[in-house]
Amino acid sequence: MSAALKRVQGELAAASVHAASHEDGNVAVIVEGLTRRFGDGPAVLDRLDLAIAPGEFVALLGHSGSGKSTLLRTLAGIDPVVEGAVSRPREVSVVFQEHRLLPWKRVWENVVLGQEGKDGRDRAAAILEEVGLAHRIDAWPLTLSGGEAQRAALARALVREPGFLLLDEPFAALDALTRLKMQGLVGELWKRRRCAVLLVTHDVDEALLLADRAVVLERGRIRVDMPVALERPRKHVDPVFEDKRETLLKSLGVSL
Amino acid sequence: MHYRRALNVEIGARNMSETLISIASRGRSQGASGRITLRELGRFRRYLSPLLLVAVWQAACASGFVSTRLVASPWQIAQTAASLIADGTLTSNLGVSLLRAGAGFSIAAVVGVTLALFSGLSRVGEDLVDAPLQIMRTLPALALVPLFILWFGIGETPKVLLVALGATFPIYLNLHKGVRSIDPKLLEMTRTLGLSRLDTIRNVILPGALPDLLIGVRYAVGVSWLMLVVAEQVNAESGIGHMMMDAEDFLRTDIIMVGLLVYGVLGLLSDQIVRFLEAKLLVWRPLARGATR
Repeated sequence: MSAALKRVQGELAAASVHAASHEDGNVAVIVEGLTRRFGDGPAVLDRLDLAIAPGEFVALLGHSGSGKSTLLRTLAGIDPVVEGAVSRPREVSVVFQEHRLLPWKRVWENVVLGQEGKDGRDRAAAILEEVGLAHRIDAWPLTLSGGEAQRAALARALVREPGFLLLDEPFAALDALTRLKMQGLVGELWKRRRCAVLLVTHDVDEALLLADRAVVLERGRIRVDMPVALERPRKHVDPVFEDKRETLLKSLGVSL
Repeated sequence: MHYRRALNVEIGARNMSETLISIASRGRSQGASGRITLRELGRFRRYLSPLLLVAVWQAACASGFVSTRLVASPWQIAQTAASLIADGTLTSNLGVSLLRAGAGFSIAAVVGVTLALFSGLSRVGEDLVDAPLQIMRTLPALALVPLFILWFGIGETPKVLLVALGATFPIYLNLHKGVRSIDPKLLEMTRTLGLSRLDTIRNVILPGALPDLLIGVRYAVGVSWLMLVVAEQVNAESGIGHMMMDAEDFLRTDIIMVGLLVYGVLGLLSDQIVRFLEAKLLVWRPLARGATR
């Protein structure tokens, strides 16, 4: 099968998944006509529509000021919905660029922060095992490396068994090697848990490595909404990968 | 010759880089055991100059260069301290002073923490509490002594309240700052986790403000002693300050100096207690952990 044919088929498949989810009403996240402006300035989000299916991994790209952060904050429930409508699962978790662990609580206490029940430590232990941080269960956050801290933050997000996971440039502050490992880990965890994911990132390669769909935001509107129907694990050498990479970069104003 | 080289190396190591230290330890492994005591001596070098000062002081008094009527000699002070302890004067006065400082500081802790939390955690509280406190803290508390004596007489009340007043401000100011300077990103995170306001205060705001509170406590302890000195030197019938004022009437510089010594030791001890608390309560800080190890 030629690469081009494979690609078309892949896109068709992705598109049908997308449509089916709409028909079933089986959608994890729906954003309709979301508009947000600060003061009298231009709209940061401009009548934005976006739907994410359960278990779908969506990457959100865009320049600084494109409205990525505002969209993420609205979906996370940190910013209010002023104009338009947002529906999302009850359990939503966020991993930020900074780990945002409480330095005065041990790793496991951070993981189950706000969780009820006495088996907190056991639950934390199980999830820390899953993210590969079981050996630091009693550590103080300030003694963790950047990658370890981000693993703990990921554990804290997953212990709530979210229907929707928001990742706000979670690997941006990590060194290149740690970032690769973390990307692999997130891919693994998603494969196992199948929650809907919105990954905000600047990194086109990261988006293509992980996501089912790449969405490019520009001045508060969706400029590109591209399915990435590549088989996993994905390889950079794949010509389709390269092709999609160029498309995304071009839509971000970078020509090679 | 071995000995002299090692000495030079030791001095160099103390002042310079780690490379020199490693040379020093290599030198030691080659040489005799006598050098270890030399190294231990180095640690006591810090105490050398104070001891020297005391020795000079003693010599000056003994030779008549300084009048012992104006400055008691160290030996005399030691003897006086012993006799004051023996006849119970020092201990009973110290007890009274400690009680006053303790009572005043406790009031300050309760009032300062309550006000700081009220104004730190709510806008209304900030508007109601912060402005008057910021204005009042610019007043030197000691200027209130005459007013306090008029209001509360010369009993225990004005002394305790003076200590309380002085110690309230550092506790209030530091805790208020601590509460207000909690990283907003952490607060945002707790909102995404769905923590209630009460849980957020308990898990994030209070532990986050604890380091600042302890800084405030340290200042407050220092201020407590300062206020106590003044309060006890004006119209008191007991306490270390009173003991010193009494001694002034009889030109007993030795007793005055014993009083000074006691104040010094009290200040040092209370500072150590707060440091100990910091090390215990802030174990999560890498610095604090290093210090306790």
